[in-house]
Amino acid sequence: MARVELKGVSKSFGPITAVRKADVVFEEGSFTTLLGPSGCGKTTILRMVAGLETPTGGDILVGGRRVNDVPIHKRNLGLVFQNYALFPHKTIAQNIAFGLKYRGVPKAEASDKVRQALEIVRLPGVEDRYPSQLSGGQQQRIALARAIVIEPDVLLLDEPLSALDANLREEMRVELKAIQHRIGVTSIFVTHDQSEALAMSDRIVVMSAGEVQQEGVPEEVYNTPANEFVARFLGAANLFDARVTGADAGSVELDTAAFGRLAVPRERALWLGDATAARLVVRAEKLALSAGDAVPAGTVGAPATVEAVDYQGQLARYFLRIGDSRLQAIQMIDGRPFPEGATVTVAVRPEDCTALPVERAAGTT
Amino acid sequence: MAQAREIDPRPWYLLSPALLAIALLVVVPMSFILVYSFYENIDLGLDAPAFQFGNWRELLTDGYYHDAIWKTFRLSAIVTVLAAVLGYVPAYFIANTRFRHKWLLLLLLILPFWVSFIIRTLSWIHIMGNQGAINGLLLWLGVIDEPLPMMFNEFAVIVGFIHVFLPYMILNVYVSLEGIDRNLEPAARTLGCTPWQAFLEVTLPLSLPGLAAGCLLVFVLTAGSYVTPLILGGPDDFLFGNLIYDAVLSELNWPMGATLSFALLVLLGVVVVVYSRFMRLNQLSKAFG
Repeated sequence: MARVELKGVSKSFGPITAVRKADVVFEEGSFTTLLGPSGCGKTTILRMVAGLETPTGGDILVGGRRVNDVPIHKRNLGLVFQNYALFPHKTIAQNIAFGLKYRGVPKAEASDKVRQALEIVRLPGVEDRYPSQLSGGQQQRIALARAIVIEPDVLLLDEPLSALDANLREEMRVELKAIQHRIGVTSIFVTHDQSEALAMSDRIVVMSAGEVQQEGVPEEVYNTPANEFVARFLGAANLFDARVTGADAGSVELDTAAFGRLAVPRERALWLGDATAARLVVRAEKLALSAGDAVPAGTVGAPATVEAVDYQGQLARYFLRIGDSRLQAIQMIDGRPFPEGATVTVAVRPEDCTALPVERAAGTT
Repeated sequence: MAQAREIDPRPWYLLSPALLAIALLVVVPMSFILVYSFYENIDLGLDAPAFQFGNWRELLTDGYYHDAIWKTFRLSAIVTVLAAVLGYVPAYFIANTRFRHKWLLLLLLILPFWVSFIIRTLSWIHIMGNQGAINGLLLWLGVIDEPLPMMFNEFAVIVGFIHVFLPYMILNVYVSLEGIDRNLEPAARTLGCTPWQAFLEVTLPLSLPGLAAGCLLVFVLTAGSYVTPLILGGPDDFLFGNLIYDAVLSELNWPMGATLSFALLVLLGVVVVVYSRFMRLNQLSKAFG
């Protein structure tokens, strides 16, 4: 187990910069997710920590030791690949014992460890089978067992769940987190799936275009996105142009076309600074819809027209229009959803909104 | 269950043109050859239809033929091993290169097939002959005083065979290397292997089916050849195929030629069958099953 630190790490492939001056700390024993769309540099960071790529700038420290020039096989890392990368010509036992063999672990001890590892991933008794005889989910468990059996300093997970089907994926993510918690290994998890990131991580590092956009615990990243990219990438967010009309110690007052004036708490306007133009971020699930034109106390609201409904059983996603603004709302429903064309009142509590500065190049997606 | 046992006739319809062609062009002529092997050769080019085992008895008892069989198998084995070693490296290179125009490299492999195999073989005379490029250069440089005897011996025959059959080996190995998951070597590396160990643990065993197929192909092609030893070999560098050539074209003894042909077919058939049994390593078929 070890703390991993990236100090100004960059990686270019010819003229293309995959990672630009990344400074990230992965605390000992933590589960950190690198989250971002494909091509954002998250996998490159993982591969650099693993030693499969060499940084073109900066230092990578594992347990305080600079590892830039340490060859892959001397780094003692466990890497789990998206496509499992099990050795098809070796039995499950041989696959798991592979790393032990190269660490000079005696055979008897190795087979004990293999059995323990299989118990940890809840697949006992498959030692003599071949990878092709197991299902995708089982193969991914074996890949995990193979990575953890060597007691790595760091466990690197490269989109390990994305090849699994939806139900299995959710089951595996709970289990993976539980296993990580139990063995306490520092883990770096790469994914483009925001729900995986939110569900599993101690910390999330959101990346885009080779740069770290925001770093923090899941609730922080979700509730107070640092910029429009993060706001849009995590969850469904509505963004409105706003004007800063006033501020005091506890809140910032904004004026929006859709909802009029509202006071956003200071801690939700951290990134705003003293800008006068702002973007108001309202999560789709924070909007409350009601029939009639009463705006509930403590909220700001406006009448809206339902343009389309995406009914999903226990909840519905509404596509709404308030004047010229279009917005999305997600709401639990009880009975029937509002029909298309209905006029409803949309309301939101100001303390559920976040204010961001206006970006010059908006929409980095 | 009962339905599954019923034979679906459609595959046979689809196979019928191929089966018909093979029957007409291979099975029927081979049957003629088998029948011919029992005929009797009376004089140059004069055969009498008969059913006698004289030709076969000669083949089984005359040491000259056994010698040729041994020579053929020995030379084929040498060529196969050398081709495997020499072919694996370029195949590995092509499979792993980051060069964007991989197709070009593969095209280069196929390019020699556009030139007649006899012309390609003859070209060695200009490279390794007494007045050839190599000897010319070495003489000119003063490294040697008289030409090295590189032509019309076993060495020349081996070089010629490798030259002609290497692409088959490379293509076979290349195809199996291409099929290997690119993440396996990195996976082995993170688990503690040096690059060479990762190759030995992962890539080499997984490319064995292609290597085995390439070896079989090169072995059978070599063992069935006669032109290369004819052009590049000396008087003693003959293979079994040359005996057939001599019997049919020089001695005009077609029944004996037929016997030898059929014997070679059987021998190589046995090689193919035995080899496929043993080389389909139990583990591999399970792994890819």
